[in-house]
Amino acid sequence: MAMGIERGFYALLGLAALAGAGWGLSSGGVGGLLFAGFAALTLGGALVCIWERSVVRSAFALLATFGGVAGLFLLLGADFLAMAQILIYVGGILALILFGVMLSPPDPTERKLSRVGLGLAAGGGAFAWVGAKVAATVHWSQAATPPPAPKLSHAREIGVGFLAADQYVVAFELAAVVLTVALVAAVYIARRKVADFEEPAEPEGGI
Amino acid sequence: MGVGAYVAVSAALFALGVVCIIARRNILYVLMGIEMILNAANINFVAFNRFGGDGLDGRMFAIFTIILAAAEAAVALAIVLNVFHLFDSIKPSDVDLMRE
Repeated sequence: MAMGIERGFYALLGLAALAGAGWGLSSGGVGGLLFAGFAALTLGGALVCIWERSVVRSAFALLATFGGVAGLFLLLGADFLAMAQILIYVGGILALILFGVMLSPPDPTERKLSRVGLGLAAGGGAFAWVGAKVAATVHWSQAATPPPAPKLSHAREIGVGFLAADQYVVAFELAAVVLTVALVAAVYIARRKVADFEEPAEPEGGI
Repeated sequence: MGVGAYVAVSAALFALGVVCIIARRNILYVLMGIEMILNAANINFVAFNRFGGDGLDGRMFAIFTIILAAAEAAVALAIVLNVFHLFDSIKPSDVDLMRE
């Protein structure tokens, strides 16, 4: 029963990825195939992350999600952002989460169909709600204009945007302050209390 | 691919993040779900920046989101460490000190 569910999940995932690749190839050529591949990587990684019971496997599935998002950024012409995504998410945040694995005992409970159903319902509800909001909000006629040629987002362009006085320098400074405060706070919260390091009391009768 | 395809992927990733937060009983999965939701927002920012106009605004928003996600992950992991020391567990349902 359990093995059947596991195999069925991954078989369904593979079939969905294949169908998406076919749809992308037929509707957008090579670009569509790339888009479908990165989208499948993103969503498939997220699905496996939710599905797997071991935190390590989930974290490595999240690696696929972050990589897929970086690929989508590349397709959108935001190469600097793709690099930052890989650098910060894969190199930093994922390493942090893997550090938390040490705190997590293995979860021996059997996978319950009721919880799978709950997850499906929650996911379907969230997707429907967001989809309805987005469909009602976006000016599709404006957004549907043929996209301009992709601009290369050189790092210099972004750096000038950060530091030019009439652009993002205030937000840049604010982010710097927030990062400093957050990292100092993280160290302060996570430190061992001084009492933890004190010598144990000397036994009675010692010198 | 038009902007609609990217928005659809982003909405699906958001929904999966919500499921990850709701369906798993473990603080680490809550963190992973939050990261998924932030990534979904980033896809939207960059996609609308690419299709919707010129300028850097969307990409800058995405960069600031990544910065905040990094700070959030660090602080959240520190809190998880403390919760583990206090409760010997990282299930959100076990953190009930103020309930009594």
